[in-house]
Amino acid sequence: MTEPLLKIRGLKLEGRSDETWNPIINGVDLTLARGEVLGLIGESGAGKSTLGLAAMGFTRDGVRISEGSVVFDGIDLLKASAAVKRGLLGKRIAYVAQSAAASFNPAHRIIDQHVEGPVQHGVMSRAESEADCVALYEKLRLPDPENIGFRYPHQVSGGQLQRAMTAMAMACRPDLIIFDEPTTALDVTTQIEVLASIRDIVKDFNTAAIYITHDLAVVAQMADRIKVLLKGDEVETADTRTMLSAPTQEYTKSLWAVRSFERPLKAPVVAGSVPVVSVQNVDASYGIVPVLHGVSFDMHAGRTVAVVGESGSGKSTVARCITGLLPPKAGQICFDGEVMPADYRKRSKDQLRQVQMIYQKADTALNPRMSVGDIIARPVQFYLGLTGKEKRARVDSLLEQIELEPSEYYSRLPSELSGGQKQRIGIARALAAEPKFIICDEVTSALDQLVAEGILRLLANLQDNLGLSYMFITHDLATVRAIADEVVVMKNGRVVEAGPKAEMFRPPHHPYTDLLLSSVPEMDPDWLTNLLQERGVDNIGDAAVGKM
Amino acid sequence: MSAVFNIALGIALIAALAWVFRLAGQKVTGNAPRFRDMPFGVAFGYILGALVLVWLIWAFVQSRSADLVTANKFFFLGLAIKGFLLFAAAAWVFRLLGRHIGTAGTRKLFRTIPLTAAFGILVIIVYAILAIFANVIAPHGQDEILQGVAANIIPGSDPDFPLGTDQIGRDILSRLIYGAQNTVGIAFATTLLAFFIGGSLGFLAAVVGGWTDQILSRGVDVLMAIPSLIFALLLMTIASVWSSRLGIPLTVFMVLIIAVIDSTRVFRLARAVGQNIVVMDYIEAAKLRGEGMWYLVFKEILPNATAPLLAEFGLRFCFVFLTIAALSFLGVGIQPPLADWGTMVRDLAAFISYAQFAPLVATLPLLAAGAIALLTVAVNFVVDWMLQKSSGLKE
Amino acid sequence: MGNVLTIVLQRLAFGLITLLIVSMVIFIAVNLLPGDFAELILGQGATPEAVASIRHDLGLDQSLVTRYFGWLGGMLTGNLGTSFAQLNFQTNLGGGGGVTVAEQIAPRFANTMFLASVTAMIAVPIAVTLGILAALYRNTVFDRATNILTLSSISSPEFFMAYILILFLSVLNPILPSLSNIYDGMAFGERLEKTLLPALTLTLVVTAHMMRMTRAAIINLLASPYIEMARLKGMSPMRVIVKHALPNALAPIINVIALNLAYLVTGVVVVEVVFVYPGIGQLFVDSVKIRDIPVVQACCLIFAAAYILLNLTADILSTLSNPRLRHPK
Repeated sequence: MTEPLLKIRGLKLEGRSDETWNPIINGVDLTLARGEVLGLIGESGAGKSTLGLAAMGFTRDGVRISEGSVVFDGIDLLKASAAVKRGLLGKRIAYVAQSAAASFNPAHRIIDQHVEGPVQHGVMSRAESEADCVALYEKLRLPDPENIGFRYPHQVSGGQLQRAMTAMAMACRPDLIIFDEPTTALDVTTQIEVLASIRDIVKDFNTAAIYITHDLAVVAQMADRIKVLLKGDEVETADTRTMLSAPTQEYTKSLWAVRSFERPLKAPVVAGSVPVVSVQNVDASYGIVPVLHGVSFDMHAGRTVAVVGESGSGKSTVARCITGLLPPKAGQICFDGEVMPADYRKRSKDQLRQVQMIYQKADTALNPRMSVGDIIARPVQFYLGLTGKEKRARVDSLLEQIELEPSEYYSRLPSELSGGQKQRIGIARALAAEPKFIICDEVTSALDQLVAEGILRLLANLQDNLGLSYMFITHDLATVRAIADEVVVMKNGRVVEAGPKAEMFRPPHHPYTDLLLSSVPEMDPDWLTNLLQERGVDNIGDAAVGKM
Repeated sequence: MSAVFNIALGIALIAALAWVFRLAGQKVTGNAPRFRDMPFGVAFGYILGALVLVWLIWAFVQSRSADLVTANKFFFLGLAIKGFLLFAAAAWVFRLLGRHIGTAGTRKLFRTIPLTAAFGILVIIVYAILAIFANVIAPHGQDEILQGVAANIIPGSDPDFPLGTDQIGRDILSRLIYGAQNTVGIAFATTLLAFFIGGSLGFLAAVVGGWTDQILSRGVDVLMAIPSLIFALLLMTIASVWSSRLGIPLTVFMVLIIAVIDSTRVFRLARAVGQNIVVMDYIEAAKLRGEGMWYLVFKEILPNATAPLLAEFGLRFCFVFLTIAALSFLGVGIQPPLADWGTMVRDLAAFISYAQFAPLVATLPLLAAGAIALLTVAVNFVVDWMLQKSSGLKE
Repeated sequence: MGNVLTIVLQRLAFGLITLLIVSMVIFIAVNLLPGDFAELILGQGATPEAVASIRHDLGLDQSLVTRYFGWLGGMLTGNLGTSFAQLNFQTNLGGGGGVTVAEQIAPRFANTMFLASVTAMIAVPIAVTLGILAALYRNTVFDRATNILTLSSISSPEFFMAYILILFLSVLNPILPSLSNIYDGMAFGERLEKTLLPALTLTLVVTAHMMRMTRAAIINLLASPYIEMARLKGMSPMRVIVKHALPNALAPIINVIALNLAYLVTGVVVVEVVFVYPGIGQLFVDSVKIRDIPVVQACCLIFAAAYILLNLTADILSTLSNPRLRHPK
């Protein structure tokens, strides 16, 4: 075989924190042939973005390359002069960033940014490049390809911008493109179109690519080969199909296994039993903007209701109505069959105690100046009136319930905890009030898959032991599949469909539920191809228009 | 015209040197990346810096020249260089001490502290000691007209009065030391008052929101639309009439006026900080738990606002201190017989013109002004470090 | 464009309202004086008849609201009233037609404007250039040295900087005059020479401020993903700064400049006193000392108006530089 396009050998990177240099990547090798797509996956902190940028010979501020070599088509990028590197970047190696909205310069029109590369690198004239830009937009199935480039970035939607950025990366027909989580910021239904566009264009131009993501199902669609990273070390590399069917390393296996966590189905709710919390015909609005329209559903003891929908569907607003932070304009919230006051300030201490909440961002949910012990002890003292030794004993037992060693964690500050541990403290604080009903607002979406799975298992155990009811707000259907008993699908402030989980994952559906369900990537590498065939390419465009 | 020509020539010379420097660097190091990728501007900067350093050394040598005219001419530069070295050495020793003495916490702090901040802390400590123990340290009283002692003793000529005496025979050293007590003390009290007013109203606005917030914020907007020194001068004019009417010292009015004007700035910050904290989920959790206002403010909000508030306290103190000094310098601030640095600068300012033949005399007004500058610079160094540290933590 | 126009008009209206309220605050503040102007002018031993006559002359026998609108109307038409000092002078000499406040302020206002413009002309280009350089070469020796220097110069009182400059540039090396005794009809060159030292003092203070804020604004931008994108497209450092960072840094830089020009308004007072520069600041301080209320009031309003106007201009300019507003969806 000929010389590979990109050859990274023994690459080590360090990052600066507190005046010392700590390793980020500890000696990774990477080989990429022309026209090959390599998927780079790992959890946050695995160093995949850093590695992606280092493949371009680039490091961010506070990061440095300490050892190794990066050879692109015979040129050692780490030894090349700044001018030589500038000549390669954008022209032969291009980059697609995670957030297109932030990566386009707000001060210039999109097309001006597109043609900057080709013109400055002397590849094309401005006129040629503009014509080429329109052709690329057409290829990427952007609406109105003739004119969309003449808009400013803020005038174009996120999914379209992401495709425009892919076009920009293609402008000089590079040999290599680094995709850094290009679809992470998008909703599932938008993600499909972008994935399909990227895959097609990379194939058409026979461009090599490194595709960085934390989503296994996404990488299965895009990559020929997959490399798994863990804390700066390579775990294993293999062909996509081999990797999916027969991973060799424990870590990879555990990543794959997360997807298979699923609780056993529960018996259906006894007809006529009083729901713990019942949302009845709730209308709500922020100021004069209406957000919820006649939302109704029930939640029963010992069961989990998952509320799903894309961003802006109103699912978090429902939670704010239930807690009383946003009193509804119409309708009511019942607890154990009794109507609760709409405003939380008018609720009794006991009513407040019964409804607890666990937040999405554990970082902002814990007071950074309070120790773990104090955070959990406060509701114990506030609601149950325990003090002194009794209080301490109760906090210790709560810490044990969330599987953290009391003696070790009692006096720690939140900043001394990992993301998953913080989320556990949030759970303990909710449990400390001894509630019947807990709202879990996207509790796992900020966490890595393995950690998230741990949290889901913990919540499931607690429910079995304590008979809690959960309202699980999420946009991730894998989570729904794992933990829900009933599902409520929301769109634009309305309940589109509701019912037991088993029914929800079986057709026929409301068309929106169908779109939502089918858009969730699956581990099968042929999933995207099959889906596109099923829907027909035009259908995707419709879905996109429908969303905007 | 020749001056412009000389400057142009100088720049061209430095540019040529820079070019040679970079080329030589590339040749000698075998085209190491450091020289290969060095922009021309950086090379230019190195040469310029080196030339300035050489000139400073030359000036220092000149200041020690036997020829009195030359020595006098470079006296002040020499003094500045000596002072700079002395301060740097003191700060370095202080930091070294801090790394070995004290609790584990302070030792850890001193390990990462930059020299500027160590210098700042040292100066603040020295000023605090001077201010608190002025009565013990100062050899004479602040408004004591010494009997049998000549007025206008030249500094250095009488060992009993190292800095000499002023026009009516008061010891200048004692007045400088008392100045620390008066100027710093009054500024400190004013800042505390400003913080009390601005801080409590700011947090109130952030937590309560709604109309309370609107009214307070709009009021503050209006007060902030008037430049603070101008507003202070206007109010001082009015206060001066009241002061003679009521027999309350003008200084008391000054403290109140500056505290109120400055509390608007504190209000803005406290409100902004408060609002940032109030939207946090842990505040929502506490509200939903049914916690009262008292608990929210003192247990959840205040502990998280201390770092920015402390930094702001430093900046506000500098601002208040400078405003008071400016008012005193203009003759409407701290009133005699209290010794204060602003007034001293004004009274001694004329001595500056003696610089060519009696440099020691000319240092007197600069000493008082320098005393003001030194403290504000010190506080700013510490605040700068604190802000950098807290912004570094966020990342 | 309609969108932008509404915003600009809103800001303008808001600025005018602020100015109106500020004028009220100043007027009320002055009326907090014990007794009234008449007693103040004539002293406590004055006969009741004399007080009454002056009170009538000044219109003090009218209601507060009437006097406010009278004063405001006067301000708008350039009739700033008669200064007490001049009034006293007249009464004592029995002569008529003294100098009005407007006549007193006008030439000094021009002088102050001259000083401020010279300062701005020197300070703004230096500050912006140095700020960009410090941002480009951040965390280098150059950046640290400028950080220490600018921090020191910001924290020092204006009069300290002034005397240091006098010491080095006027006493030890007689290059520039330390007294700025400028007068009408002076040749421009000489006028400039006499203004240079106060202007340099102000420059030192203002440049440091502006430079630090420019640096911070640009560093803030350099961390943004679109700058990284430009660098990853292989653009030269110069092009990254000029084409990608600068257009977005306009709003913060305009704000920085305006803020510091507004700061000049305050700084000018002390510096004018040090250099005996015949500007409005010196007049203001002198009037404060002799409690010449009409002059104090008028100067205060002029300073506040300048301050508000500058902030308003910055606000409008930075609004206009925002592409999101210029090109709405």
